[in-house]
Amino acid sequence: MQKNLFHPGRRYLQPDPMCRLCHIDLNGVGVVRGGQTLLRDVNLHIHCGQMTVLIGQNGAGKTTLVRALLGEVAHTGSIRHINEQGVDIHHLRTGYVPQHLQFDREMPVTVEDFVAAAFTRRPVWTGISKATREEVREALAQAEAQDLMRTPLGRCSGGELQRVLLALALRPLPDLLVLDEPVSGVDQRGLKLFLDTVSGLKKSHHLAILLVSHDLNLVREYADQVALVDGTILLQGPPDYVFASPEFDRVFGERDRDTASLGEEAEA
Amino acid sequence: MNGIYAFLDAVLPIAALRFSFMKNAFCAIILLTPLLGLLGTMAVNQQMAFFSDALGHSALTGIGLGILLGVSSDLVSMLVFGILWAVLISLIKHTGWASTDTVISVFSSTSVALGLLILSRGGSFAKYSTLLIGDVLAVTPRDLLYLLIALIAGVALWFVLYNRLLLTGINASLARSRGVHTRWMEIAFMVMVAVAVMLAIRWVGVMLINALLILPAAAGRNLASNSRQHAAWSVGIAMVSGVAGLFASYAFDTSAGAAIVLCAAICYALSLLGRVWRKN
Ligand SMILES: Nc1ncnc2c1ncn2[C@@H]1O[C@H](COP(=O)(O)OP(=O)(O)OP(=O)(O)O)[C@@H](O)[C@H]1O
Ligand SMILES: [Mg+2]
Repeated sequence: MQKNLFHPGRRYLQPDPMCRLCHIDLNGVGVVRGGQTLLRDVNLHIHCGQMTVLIGQNGAGKTTLVRALLGEVAHTGSIRHINEQGVDIHHLRTGYVPQHLQFDREMPVTVEDFVAAAFTRRPVWTGISKATREEVREALAQAEAQDLMRTPLGRCSGGELQRVLLALALRPLPDLLVLDEPVSGVDQRGLKLFLDTVSGLKKSHHLAILLVSHDLNLVREYADQVALVDGTILLQGPPDYVFASPEFDRVFGERDRDTASLGEEAEA
Repeated sequence: MNGIYAFLDAVLPIAALRFSFMKNAFCAIILLTPLLGLLGTMAVNQQMAFFSDALGHSALTGIGLGILLGVSSDLVSMLVFGILWAVLISLIKHTGWASTDTVISVFSSTSVALGLLILSRGGSFAKYSTLLIGDVLAVTPRDLLYLLIALIAGVALWFVLYNRLLLTGINASLARSRGVHTRWMEIAFMVMVAVAVMLAIRWVGVMLINALLILPAAAGRNLASNSRQHAAWSVGIAMVSGVAGLFASYAFDTSAGAAIVLCAAICYALSLLGRVWRKN
């Protein structure tokens, strides 16, 4: 499904005009695992140049939906990537920031090693060339993570790790950027910075962005489209529409809506 | 071969290296330890010490099955079985039926029992006991050729695959989203470990082979702060312990495998001190 993105030393930031994604359509997508239906009849539209945010309770199936979209879990129904001419694209470039990283925290691999391993073919155990080092620095700077170059990966905080992963996800520049809860563990300033960076890219490069988030205040502020997940997509629409809906109340209760609107008043 | 012997005599005029069996053993160690050192870094970082340990034990089964099937070469039966074993483990791991540790443990104990059962038929296990502790003095020039090929092929693969293996080890979904075939990466790595372990096992022994893979890399971790340093320390420690252990075993007339592993263990202890020192 995905194109091999493992090109050494390529300059990535020029988007490929041949394969511009316009929108992604999920039709009747279902996921069954271990005899349990995790998702049923999901219909969702993800548009280029928009940030679509998945909200829902823990265990609602947000990560599962993301994984189905990435081709990580088997699913029924159809997921189509369609370009401006209405033609299906088979080689979609996806940048993915996973919800968790599980690795040995003690391993002697620096942020620089990790990012360079993704960018070049020269094995990082033989060292890193000056050119690659510059490329890594540039990529990290885009997510304000350039100070972490020499930090061992295992010593990064949750928020720092998310920034490193964002830097990685943005090179090569993807058609679709998938961010599974990058907000958790990032401080308020870091969070704003992160979402501002992502929103900037959305505008300048016309990326499609799919974000999973629990921070409803920020969702209201940054989302173009909100999809409410609870085993299926209960509702999709602009934030105000979804936040005012009875479905939202059923999932989150009245209290959360109050918090969300309080946040909005505080902004104003 | 004679050229190499003459070269060793000229460069290392050491009494212990007078004998050609010692020269062979020395060459074997120089060829084998760098590969084990490199592979060890990944095995340690991906917490696969248990896998490689179990893999070493499966050599017994390989030899046993080889005898049953009438395969004339121990090495061939060990290699084939080791590779199959590695592939099977990685396939089962992916079904997610049970935790990897549990799967490996079940497989390992089953295969060891099966191997012992076959090899001990007629009460004759004693003749296989060198397999347990190894015999580094039995290296032949032909073995050296195999080791040389394995070293070249192994390092070449390590060049080509390392970055993708590293990404896969940190997060498989992320690696896949960047076009890495993570399944193949895992299988390739496990097969490489299987080949290196099987080649080494006759000299080092089933009991200690895993230590030779894991200890240098574990010591390297204490001293290194990036991938390059880790590889350098691990290879360096593996080679130094290999050579030191060989000479120690000659001097004290003991099992070479045990002496080598003890040297690696001493390096590990020193690396812990180094780590404390680095932190302060
Ligand atoms: N591999 C699996 N096999 C069976 N069930 C699974 C599997 N992975 C997840 N689930 C179940 O699927 C449901 C949805 O999980 P998912 O991770 O998609 O939730 P989520 O919306 O991302 O939650 P969170 O907000 O906590 O991240 C959960 O009930 C979980 O237990
Ligand atoms: Mg989740």
